[in-house]
Amino acid sequence: MYAYDGLDETLVRERATQFRGQVARRISGELSEDDFKPLRLRNGLYLQLHAYMLRVAIPYGVLGSDQLRALARIARRYDRGYGHFTTRQNIQFNWIRLADTPDILDELAAAEMHAIQTSGNCIRNTTTDQFAGVAADEIEDPRPWAEIIRQWSTLHPEFSFLPRKFKIAISGSPSDRTAIAVHDIGLSMLHGPGGETGFKVWVGGGLGRTPMLAEALRDFLPGADLLSYLEAILRVFNIEGRRDNLYKSRIKILVSTLGIDRFRDLVEAEWAQIRDSALRLDEAEVSRIRARFSPPAYEATAESGQFAGRRLEDAAFARWSAANLFPHKQPGYAAVTVSLKPVGGIPGDMAADQMDALAGLADEYSHGEIRVTHRQNLILAHVRQDSLYDLWRALDSLGLATPNLMRVTDIIACPGLDFCGLATARSIPVAQRLSERLAEIDERHDLGELTINISGCINSCAHHHVGHIGILGLEKAGAESYQVTLGGSSAEDASLGKIIGRGFGADEIVTAIETIIVTWLELRQDGERFLDSLRRIGPAPFREALYGRE
Amino acid sequence: MTLIDYGNGSPAIAGDAWTHVADGAVLPPDRPATISLERWKAGRDGLTGRNLPLGIRLESHERIEEILPDLPRFALIALDFPNLNDGRHFTTARLLRERYGFRGQLRATGQVLRDQIDLMKRCGFDAFELPAGKDAASAIAAFGEISVAYQPAADAHPTAAQLRHRQPVQAMAS
Repeated sequence: MYAYDGLDETLVRERATQFRGQVARRISGELSEDDFKPLRLRNGLYLQLHAYMLRVAIPYGVLGSDQLRALARIARRYDRGYGHFTTRQNIQFNWIRLADTPDILDELAAAEMHAIQTSGNCIRNTTTDQFAGVAADEIEDPRPWAEIIRQWSTLHPEFSFLPRKFKIAISGSPSDRTAIAVHDIGLSMLHGPGGETGFKVWVGGGLGRTPMLAEALRDFLPGADLLSYLEAILRVFNIEGRRDNLYKSRIKILVSTLGIDRFRDLVEAEWAQIRDSALRLDEAEVSRIRARFSPPAYEATAESGQFAGRRLEDAAFARWSAANLFPHKQPGYAAVTVSLKPVGGIPGDMAADQMDALAGLADEYSHGEIRVTHRQNLILAHVRQDSLYDLWRALDSLGLATPNLMRVTDIIACPGLDFCGLATARSIPVAQRLSERLAEIDERHDLGELTINISGCINSCAHHHVGHIGILGLEKAGAESYQVTLGGSSAEDASLGKIIGRGFGADEIVTAIETIIVTWLELRQDGERFLDSLRRIGPAPFREALYGRE
Repeated sequence: MTLIDYGNGSPAIAGDAWTHVADGAVLPPDRPATISLERWKAGRDGLTGRNLPLGIRLESHERIEEILPDLPRFALIALDFPNLNDGRHFTTARLLRERYGFRGQLRATGQVLRDQIDLMKRCGFDAFELPAGKDAASAIAAFGEISVAYQPAADAHPTAAQLRHRQPVQAMAS
């Protein structure tokens, strides 16, 4: 993984010192809350319903074991002993005191971490495939490119005050695990005409109040031109993007207003001016960064017979192996998903003790590396197959071995009205009750891949539009009301879910989702996925089951 | 209002030789003056005989591309920041310096905040009008708080990548 050199370290330490000064000016009263707000937001500090929340960046979701231990220390010392992993592969601490934040940032800096641009109208953490460097179908490891984008976007002098927040995702594989279609810019790697690697560029995807899928902006962009092209897009957005209406200021609105062809003309014209500037990537720098992501020292080992044997002996291990393992391009290895979705638990939450224990397991079994997924789970990416059984037992004893990746209890949920000042309804209790109700149905009927996403307001932090089943919590006449969408997907077959009908109250929503699933089970053919059944038969049977013949 | 001048390579409080003249008001006969873009577009013929330096002011939604042929006429361009969230003139400044070759004073006006001026400087601004009541010493201290730059911009700051791969001096000589 990437390790800071002196320059990276200096920047992060200086930024922490700068923020310490901003906090001191706020506490002394020199800065009003109004003046301080945009400053703290640019450093990941939100004021929530009960306390400050600090969002710490985990660039493209990659953590070293010592970094996870540093997060555990912060959770213990400054929070209530836990942290919450987010859909942007970051972590949030929900019970932070303003006066402590400078010390927290110093502790983060000592672990080569920071909170830079985890909120605010700037370029956010670039996300990528949690199986980068592991997936067999990968064209190239996207992490070096994500690090190049991280550096370019960090404290960018021109793009620190954009019309609205800006999110970039990058995928190295044809199988999209990064939700490219719902990002402001999506980059998917491919081979160019001469065999060189580059990117297909997508633009204008996003969720929120006006969900849209990204459009193709450029079929092939050579790697060396990545930053000049990004800069051209951002420059057009900074000048042309709307600033008069919060809900119309994302780049998706600009792209749809101008039309993709006109938008492309503007970008290409700007790019022509800067393509041959100092932004062109220097091969020496690309090589330096790439070298930081060279594969760990795998041991030569065959497919493990012991692994196959254990699965025959132990049904629980077999079930976990079927659900939570991902094939590794290195023979004899597997990538393990550590579920942060125990049945009835809070999606994405992790206790400090679990963090420390997992850091130890990462050191023992997976080259000291942990990854965060946009589904709010963690990954140990390089585990020998003959160690899987021991690892599974250790994870199980920590409550981290729920066999539910991409299954109905692997629910993505935002913090909702339990924490968030923007929320209009609670998300967490709905996720907890749903997972308890559905775990049993899944065990009995093997529901396969079926994703549920629950957002507590229209800002859609839990990406409900791209859940196979999406739930949006609204407030209606003083009560919580949950609107259900069906048919979303953020994979390479991306689609936006459609609203099925009127919303359900907090006491009805769990039963409504159960009704949808029970209805589906009667119509399901040959073990197909819920999404595929829905695409085959349409929403009518579900509407009728929920609302009768109206 | 306090003016911070960065024209000599370091920030210093400076006296202001310029007057911002409101639309409709008479230009001073003895001092350099700035006028609005609107006034320039409406009445440029009446201004051409003037022998004193002229400056122009752009609001945040106004575009420099409207007056590119006129740039040599201006000794100063003032770009206004109505609030901290309106970052359009960060782009305008870079274009003026890097693309259109503007060498006069580039001045930030409006809500010029301590915590933004170092970024403004990187984009090519070399003069900063601090709003009334803001501490000039604190603003001056804000320059260079972050010494590392990851991106090329309008200033001469070497990027991190350039520092990492800088050729040895002897290699440059040959």
